[in-house]
Amino acid sequence: MDELYKVSSNPHIRSRVSTGGIMLTVIIALLPAAGFGIFHFGIRAGAVILVTVASTVLTEALFGLYKKKLTVTDLSAVVTGLLLALNLPVGIPLWMAALGGVFSILVVKMLFGGLGQNFMNPALAARCFLLISFPVQMTDFSYDACTGATPLAALKAGEDVNVLDMITGQTMGTIGETSMIALLAGACLLLLFGVIDLRIPGSYLVTFLLFAGIFGGHGFSPAYLSAQLAGGGLMLGAFFMATDYVTRPITVKGQYLYGIFLGLMTGIFRIFGPGAEGVSYAIILGNLLVPLIERVTLPKPFGYRKGGAA
Amino acid sequence: MAKFTFVGGIHPYDGKELSKDKPIRDILPGKELVYPLSQHIGAPAKAIVAKGDRVLAGQKIAESGGFVSAPVHASVSGIVKAIEPRRVVTGDLVTSVVVENDEKYEETAAAPCKPWDTMDGKEIVNAVGEAGIVGMGGAGFPTHVKLSPKEPEKIDCVIVNCAECEPYLTSDYRRMLEEPEKLVTGLRIMLRVFGRARGIFAVEDNKPDCIALLRKLTKDDDGISVRPLVTKYPQGAERQLIYAVTGRRINSSMLPADAGCVVNNVDTVAAVCRAVTTGRPLTERIVTVTGDAVREPQNFRVRIGMSYGELAEAAGGFKEPPQKIICGGPMMGFAMFGLDVPTTKTSTALLAFSRDEVSAKETGPCINCGRCLEVCPGRVMPSRLADYAAHFDEEAFLRNHGMECCECGCCSYVCPAGRPLTQQIKSMRKIQLAKKKKK
Repeated sequence: MDELYKVSSNPHIRSRVSTGGIMLTVIIALLPAAGFGIFHFGIRAGAVILVTVASTVLTEALFGLYKKKLTVTDLSAVVTGLLLALNLPVGIPLWMAALGGVFSILVVKMLFGGLGQNFMNPALAARCFLLISFPVQMTDFSYDACTGATPLAALKAGEDVNVLDMITGQTMGTIGETSMIALLAGACLLLLFGVIDLRIPGSYLVTFLLFAGIFGGHGFSPAYLSAQLAGGGLMLGAFFMATDYVTRPITVKGQYLYGIFLGLMTGIFRIFGPGAEGVSYAIILGNLLVPLIERVTLPKPFGYRKGGAA
Repeated sequence: MAKFTFVGGIHPYDGKELSKDKPIRDILPGKELVYPLSQHIGAPAKAIVAKGDRVLAGQKIAESGGFVSAPVHASVSGIVKAIEPRRVVTGDLVTSVVVENDEKYEETAAAPCKPWDTMDGKEIVNAVGEAGIVGMGGAGFPTHVKLSPKEPEKIDCVIVNCAECEPYLTSDYRRMLEEPEKLVTGLRIMLRVFGRARGIFAVEDNKPDCIALLRKLTKDDDGISVRPLVTKYPQGAERQLIYAVTGRRINSSMLPADAGCVVNNVDTVAAVCRAVTTGRPLTERIVTVTGDAVREPQNFRVRIGMSYGELAEAAGGFKEPPQKIICGGPMMGFAMFGLDVPTTKTSTALLAFSRDEVSAKETGPCINCGRCLEVCPGRVMPSRLADYAAHFDEEAFLRNHGMECCECGCCSYVCPAGRPLTQQIKSMRKIQLAKKKKK
């Protein structure tokens, strides 16, 4: 044989979907929410986003240099940075935002083995870290001249809230969570491109609504339920954080179970807990249960017979 | 109940338009033909000719080496040049009979045969076994063994696998279009073996012309039906096909017969027809030569034993230097080092790609996206199985049903991280199968 061709095991064709491509789609899907955040909260929101993304990307790059294995090109650090920024209040000191970025990548992701190995959502873990370390700055949502409570806190205090404002996003809150419309636009893009499916967000939201309807004290009142739905980090959490590949169960049944668990936890935290919020902690708790959930929801192989050889 | 499809699967670019409108063309081989003695699953055949013997086309040159085995026949007349190990598509060295073609194509006298509709099941199975017919879709399981299940009275479905779900392949499609009556006769012959079975042509619905043609030919026959199936890879995988047609599920440790089915590929059925009606053994088959590097993609009727290099030449050679040459389809075929390799009974196609997608795709860590689970027709967890295989955790591999993998390649195809999942699982399966055999 004079010339040798390349050989490899089957299959010999590959789909065009790549890790970088998926990450890029998620980034694009987050842009409406980020854009609305800057439009609504002003240019400082842009600065927070920039600093957070820069800190996550830089951390991953420096770690990569140290390990002699550069992994920033898969864009996952950008997704983490962007998600974290959208979960921060606009007035947060920039060094704090940067610290959150470093924590998310270095502690939660890289020290556990990098992409695909972290057992908690890095952005949410960093947010919880900041929330515990700097509770004052993390819950001060005042911007421009507006101060006051977030609509969800107002709702919990029994005040009236303007649901329409909550849906369009003309309210107080973190940079990316206020506009339900912008978030849903991004979620539609993810669904359309097959990056996520409705299993987790669907079971999560339905469970939460049922829980809020039964235990919320307002019955199944449409105004109350839609305020719960549009308020706080629920939309951002359900479509962009709970669906994070690495930290959700891989089995189909497990994904439904996980969504139901998140719905219950969010309901408990929001209605019976001291604060008005609960999405971040619910998802972090859910992340910890993933191995257990997977163990009890292993799929049955095709043609499986109980006690058979399969 | 019929399901018309299965859960999982993928829709890759099918590339069939390159060669689907090219009629089957007969081509003659060159000077040297090579007949590996192991072209099938089971014991290798035993050579019954010696160096220097003159053989005729259709003459048996190696006899069956056991019950699960098949004889090999010469496809040309000429002198036996050597009996020596030769390289085959998988890269292995296999003892082969090498025949120098005298280009006279003298044929042996056909085996005496009576009209097929007067033959009984046993005679038919014997004729099929003598003709050296094996599953020609790629697996190469001896057909006479398939036709002799333990409990033949339990078989109620004889399925002709006309799915041709592998991308690029069009040999079955051309056969259905050009010689459908042979397929119908072949199926009727096999139905004689199983008294209470009905015959089913299972065709993917991207071949409406074949469906119409087969329906027209069988419209007066209540025992045979044509079943369109959803176009999806791997629709033609045996277990998935049986499920799509009958709704019965079998696992890897069961045989189609356990679901009352016998499944045969298009070319195999045509070979059965030829063997039983004319007494001629299996010495030819249809091979698709295609791919973006091939100048004129075509479908050839090939004398088994000629080399792939001659096929490439007959298709006008390469218009650009190929990076990768594949024997069979792109999903389950074998990549070859070179073209100086003989075609065998299981050669469905020669593919030449100017770009190797496998080496072009970057590989990275698993991001747990779950796409492999979604497409897996075996409903196992390819990403996890590949991890267990990589860590050689045999216990976890078996516990998580690693042996249920059919090696169809869907998981590797969809993996966004470009991980060679199928390869890792396949290696582990091979080790486990070998261990099982030893016991």
